Amino acid sequence: MKWHVLRPLWLAIGLIAAILVARQFMVPDDFGVHGDSFTYNYHRLSNVQEWKDFPAKYLGRESCIECHEENFQKNQASPHAPIECENCHGPGAGHPDDIEYLPLNTTRELCLRCHESLEYPSSRRADLPNIRNRTHKRRRECISCHNPHDPREDDE
Amino acid sequence: MSCSRRDFLQKAVGGTLVSALPLSAFTLLTVDEARAIVAESKTRWAFLVDTRECVGCGLCVKACKNENEIPYDAPVTRTWVERYVVTKDGETHIDSPLGGRDGFISDKIRDEEIDPDDITKAFFVPKLCNQCDNPACVQVCPVGATYQTEDGVVLVDRKWCIGCGYCIMACPYGVRFFHPVHKVADKCNFCYHRISNGRDPACVENCPFGARKIANLRDPDDPVTKIITTERVSVLKDEYGTKPHVFYLGLDANVR
Repeated sequence: MKWHVLRPLWLAIGLIAAILVARQFMVPDDFGVHGDSFTYNYHRLSNVQEWKDFPAKYLGRESCIECHEENFQKNQASPHAPIECENCHGPGAGHPDDIEYLPLNTTRELCLRCHESLEYPSSRRADLPNIRNRTHKRRRECISCHNPHDPREDDE
Repeated sequence: MSCSRRDFLQKAVGGTLVSALPLSAFTLLTVDEARAIVAESKTRWAFLVDTRECVGCGLCVKACKNENEIPYDAPVTRTWVERYVVTKDGETHIDSPLGGRDGFISDKIRDEEIDPDDITKAFFVPKLCNQCDNPACVQVCPVGATYQTEDGVVLVDRKWCIGCGYCIMACPYGVRFFHPVHKVADKCNFCYHRISNGRDPACVENCPFGARKIANLRDPDDPVTKIITTERVSVLKDEYGTKPHVFYLGLDANVR
């Protein structure tokens, strides 16, 4: 064949070879079909473990009992029992070793998430004890009168 | 065309060898190996949302964002809560301010006052990734960065994703978004790090009303699996054929 035909041909072949060689080094060994479907199971296997090792931030109320037994018992006997400690106190990861005090949220807005009155006939919101934010003790924090661990007892 | 006996034999033997070569790629499996390949995984994660229990407090969204390191003030979230208010004139008013991160603490919907007497029904619907059996988002990924694990959860490989955004467009449920910090596609993975280590997802654990539950469909003794298999549950956008695995109790026809 003539040189002007062969030259681009060799160039193309060389390029493809270079890509194939580079691919050998750049694609991880565990990349492939891990499962029964090429469409859905084609991936890097070690990524599954990477996601399993993602650190958890919320530890659950069981991790609070050890030191805060009193508050835990009080809360569990109250209508607020289903509310996790970390919903108001913040995620517990790192406490108490790295974070001595968790960022306690005492704003009205936190309580209003459940207790602002919304007159929705087919929603459970209407069944909860509720107030109107606009008219109910505008300038005070809820906790100045209500105890969030046991809302049945009023401090006032 | 003439062909000598020698030529014929040479070509016949050569041809047989060449055609046999690809056969060597096949291996004979032992019985145990074959069984391991066809065996079903012991886990298939699914989710149950009871919309009748949800009060729209948004604690699930808050917990999810903290747990999964999604920038708190960025307008992206892995799970969100929608409010539906249906009025007597037949209109449906829908909103989800900040994905419901701060809860629904006002009766205004998109700055619109709605007279409580006009409301026929109103409810909250939490949404999250459906971990589909036929995930459209996985199908379109050009680099194999998103995939389905053997227990049914769809994950994103952050090291492999090139951020092209095809999957974000492909998901019929709109659960995928572009992670503003890692610059890759991101989505709910049922808190894979928690469910794989024996915990509930952050949104399930932090829901005070039991509106969100996680189930292992392959475990017949799982109480949530029993609800999914015995009660009247529905899924979102069934017509897309994606086989979603987030099941809803009390889902209204207005929910899209």
